Amino acid sequence: MIPALGRLLILGSLLAAAAGAILGFAAGRTRSAEGLKWARRFAYLYSGLIVSAALLMVYALLAHDFSVSYVAQVGSRSVPTWVTIVSLWSSLEGSILFWGLVLGTYIGAATFLTRNRYEEYQPDAIGVWLACAAFFSFLIAGPANPFHTVPSPPLDGPGPNPLLQNHILMAIHPPFLYLGYVGFTIPFGFACAALLKGRLGHNVLKPLRESLMLSWIFQTVAIMLGGWWAYEVLGWGGYWAWDPVENASLLPWLTATAALHSIMVVERRGILKGWTITLVQATFLLVILGTFMTRSGVFNSVHSFKQSAIGPTILGFLAVSLLFVIGLLAFRIDKLEPEGRLEGAASREAMFLLNNLAFVLLTFTVLIGTVFPLIVEAMKGKQMSVGRPYFDSMTVPLGALLLFLLGVGPALPWGRASREQVKKALIPPIAGAAVFTLIGYALGVRSPWTLITLAFGGYAAQVTLSQMFLPMIQRMRNGEPLGSALIDGQLRRGRRRFGSYIVHAAVVLVIIAIAISSSMRTQLELHFVKGQTLKAAGYDVTFVGVEQRTEPHRLSTIGTFNIVKDGKPLTTLTPRMNQYQMMREPIGTPDVHSTAARDFYIALSNVDAAAETASISVFVLPMVMWIWLAVIAMALGALFGLIPSRRVILSAAKDPVPEGATETA
Amino acid sequence: MTESDKTRRRNRWFMIAALIVAGAAFTVIAASGISDNLVYYWTPSDLHANGKKAYGASIRLGGMVAKNSIKKIGGSNVEFIVHDGKSRVAVKTTSVPPQMFRENIGVVVEGTMVPGGYFESSRLMVSHNNEYKAPEAGHPVDRKELERMMKSVEQGNT
Repeated sequence: MIPALGRLLILGSLLAAAAGAILGFAAGRTRSAEGLKWARRFAYLYSGLIVSAALLMVYALLAHDFSVSYVAQVGSRSVPTWVTIVSLWSSLEGSILFWGLVLGTYIGAATFLTRNRYEEYQPDAIGVWLACAAFFSFLIAGPANPFHTVPSPPLDGPGPNPLLQNHILMAIHPPFLYLGYVGFTIPFGFACAALLKGRLGHNVLKPLRESLMLSWIFQTVAIMLGGWWAYEVLGWGGYWAWDPVENASLLPWLTATAALHSIMVVERRGILKGWTITLVQATFLLVILGTFMTRSGVFNSVHSFKQSAIGPTILGFLAVSLLFVIGLLAFRIDKLEPEGRLEGAASREAMFLLNNLAFVLLTFTVLIGTVFPLIVEAMKGKQMSVGRPYFDSMTVPLGALLLFLLGVGPALPWGRASREQVKKALIPPIAGAAVFTLIGYALGVRSPWTLITLAFGGYAAQVTLSQMFLPMIQRMRNGEPLGSALIDGQLRRGRRRFGSYIVHAAVVLVIIAIAISSSMRTQLELHFVKGQTLKAAGYDVTFVGVEQRTEPHRLSTIGTFNIVKDGKPLTTLTPRMNQYQMMREPIGTPDVHSTAARDFYIALSNVDAAAETASISVFVLPMVMWIWLAVIAMALGALFGLIPSRRVILSAAKDPVPEGATETA
Repeated sequence: MTESDKTRRRNRWFMIAALIVAGAAFTVIAASGISDNLVYYWTPSDLHANGKKAYGASIRLGGMVAKNSIKKIGGSNVEFIVHDGKSRVAVKTTSVPPQMFRENIGVVVEGTMVPGGYFESSRLMVSHNNEYKAPEAGHPVDRKELERMMKSVEQGNT
């Protein structure tokens, strides 16, 4: 019953998406208002059908209906309810259905929010969205169908991949990643619509920028959660390994970040239109490439699933999308008339250009390192991977350059600036650079790249903070009291500007924290017998004992360690080994004591409950907590910037010039 | 054609040339960066077939731990032999063997060949692959299976 209904809903969503895509493109050509109305109706219909299909699957999982093939594959009566819900995205077929759920929600919401506005662009945008939707519905209906009927349903299933059951973050990380990944479809639709119309006007920049920003926020948090999960679960004392799958999530983020910056140049100067559109389209293509890499089994890692027909199908879609984008750019990019030109080398727009160049180089660096082994394997049949030193040595200088630009760019004015203005803008922040470097040196930083990072970071921090509160300070100079200057200058008006400087300040913190935590980490291995106390990087670690605990779905072996620092008891850490049913090897879970200054992190590498011995890896990692906190601040700052400012709400009706043109963000 | 058109055109060509030079320089740097940092996924047979190239190269060696070959030599140092049914390689590792380490299990060791003819490794990983099954004694190891295993033991997931 449920399998048949599920298949019906998927088929319906495929038809609705295909029909709506054709109607949308047709309405874009004929400018028919009636056609647009129908395209919208099909968008809503698609949305409703695919969301219902996904909810039906959640119901089947919760009801343990093992006649549904996907439930038989990943369901289990012995796992907690949250794991059952998480099962929706824990395996290949379900994860594509979850993609459909997110895409359906996005398309429905975007169509609704842009109705009666942007009518020039909406038909083509709906056409592009629904064309993508049709592809994914085809994938769910065909190669990745989760709604097959199981003729003789089993009484119980194996449950999802144990590694994914091992931490609650598995319930949060994938949804954020999908909200980011899938969300990039929406700005892609607007970018293609602008090219099809041959015009990138101010009115379409707003939904383009806002949808891109929203997906960027989700993607930012998702990348952080992925790193956090690796840190909390995998037990190697790190948060980023340049694993192909991690790179797949980073690549579209890099191009999206570049696009968010170049959009501002389009708003202010009317140049870089074609470039901006190319970046938005590249973001979407990298999303599809990433999906291919993670969903086709070409890389085997935590995230990858079994080899299947889905890989070639996604590769085909990637090829078609790439041809579509290249063709569109080739025929249409000349139509996007620039309205201005680059005025001078020492201007903010020139810094934006350099920023974009650095982001694109970073994207290429990571892309080449990720795809190279695939190409070698496809051509020569040899297996290899690109080692971490390649990524580190290439990305660290580019990251430093970006941090430098993050300081210099906002300090410089738009347009042509006099020599005096440039001097006045660029010299004072050297004080910030000196302060950060000296503090770092005093605290023991000796690595040259880390010192450079601190200098650039200090420079950028001073520029960012003085720019951030500029509106408030100007109001106070004009005699306004602090309270009203703060509320009017920072919180009510110019939210986008304030928000972006919060993001910048947080980025400075993230980069410094990454540089320090990776260059100043301590790692050692300790071997204990019960009751023994050993010294580890200024801490005294005592092995108290081992305990075994049986839970319905796993057997845990837990080591207990007392940590003492400077004679004072600090904490008790309990790293564990979890043995899941139907899994041959146990999975470790490290335990971490986090403080603002440093994390003390231990992972069990070997434990013998009978002999009461244990070997552990100990890591002392400075500043790690700041990475998580600063990324959250990045997301919140960007979110704050998305709230429309008061002035804009009041004047939107009569003033066609968008908010960006009146602000200096 | 006006004067400013001319300069604009000249500027554009200058920009394009600069971009090409920068792109070429970047490609060279990236290519040499990659070739210096390749990690090879080899079986003991591959390792012997590559002869001298194996000395100093970063290698992820995958195979089975041979019977009666594990020797503990103080601290966390362990010696054992990895084989793939055809060839054998002696391995010394300084890494703490993971919980599951034993004879006849699939392992991946990361390191390089050193003078003296053994493989020195600072990292020892046991296969995490559910589907991988140890072959029966005496049977050759399936190459495809080994490659899958080496890939599945990704960085960090030790």
